[in-house]
Amino acid sequence: MSVRGVVVDAYREALPALVASLIGGLIAGVVLGGMRAELQAVPGLLVLVPALLATRGNVYGSLGARVATALHQGIVEPRVRGGDERLRAAAAAALGNGLLASAFAAVVVFLLLSALGRGPSLLQLVAIALVAGLLSGVVLTVVVVTVVFAGYRRGQDPDTLVGPIVTTTGDVFGMLFLLVAVRTVLALGLGGG
Amino acid sequence: MPTEWTVRAITRAMLPVLLALTLVEVGSGMVLGAFETSLFTYPSLLVLVPVTIGTAGNLGSILASRLSTSFHLGTLSFAPGDETLVGNAVATVALAVSVFPVVGAGAWLLTSLSGSARLPLLSVVAVALTSGVALAVLAIAVTLVATYGAYRLELDPDDVVIPVVTNVCDVLGVLVLFGVVRLLL
Repeated sequence: MSVRGVVVDAYREALPALVASLIGGLIAGVVLGGMRAELQAVPGLLVLVPALLATRGNVYGSLGARVATALHQGIVEPRVRGGDERLRAAAAAALGNGLLASAFAAVVVFLLLSALGRGPSLLQLVAIALVAGLLSGVVLTVVVVTVVFAGYRRGQDPDTLVGPIVTTTGDVFGMLFLLVAVRTVLALGLGGG
Repeated sequence: MPTEWTVRAITRAMLPVLLALTLVEVGSGMVLGAFETSLFTYPSLLVLVPVTIGTAGNLGSILASRLSTSFHLGTLSFAPGDETLVGNAVATVALAVSVFPVVGAGAWLLTSLSGSARLPLLSVVAVALTSGVALAVLAIAVTLVATYGAYRLELDPDDVVIPVVTNVCDVLGVLVLFGVVRLLL
């Protein structure tokens, strides 16, 4: 193929997924922009945002890729009802690892900012990370598995579905549930002051 | 070798990499924290944050997965004149040039609708486009280095390159946005 052919091909193939993730990213941005009061009320929250969003992409992107590969190899049936043990193990592992990474991020942010004398609250950051991680994890597991299965049954390559779905829904739900988590934790008065 | 489908086996394969990537992302959060005053003063910039870092990671991961496929098919050589390499690199820049002005305009419009826009439309579009093009170039460099590294170390680029590229580009996204804001505003 000529260079021009490669360029046109690559551009056309990537544009739809990129546009979908842009829309997701902009919605996430609007939520973040609307969170200014909370971001100022919780020291360290802004620092935590990239790690929490990336964890969603890393964990559930990997879950999606794993399920897609398993479908190709025929080791998982594209049905949720069967209560497939392997599927449940993969989902449980994703959720558990996502929570561990979120809490880890909160602890690291706490340590770094404490060293800089910014006075964050460990309890507050960890609680926000865990609540947001749990809520977005449950939703993302359901969305990723459902969409990959549905796409596969309609004859689409699940591998090409996973990336755009995870980045788009991960950004939107990741940010929305972060807002829910922050409001909940602030309402409960955890670690305030 | 495929990982066994148990919580323990999946965790063992995934957790160390996940925690390392989390550390990298906390680094990008620290940069974000360093310019929070600008972000709180100009809400359009805050709206740009997730979409800029996300798109940078996406540009890198799309390029990485295409290069890794041609690598598996044996059609990729790491020569400067390689058609697959040059074509995909050019397409990455073209994608950035066409989507980032829309990102900037979208961020400005959404901030205006919520009544808190303080920067003119052109400034936000300029920040988005400049960051986007710089990020596309960086994403190409990171992807090439990571794919070549995987090839030299005889690792499967599918396993290694995409997570590395996505997360490194996330960090670069914040750094570039920070740099461009300092330069242009």
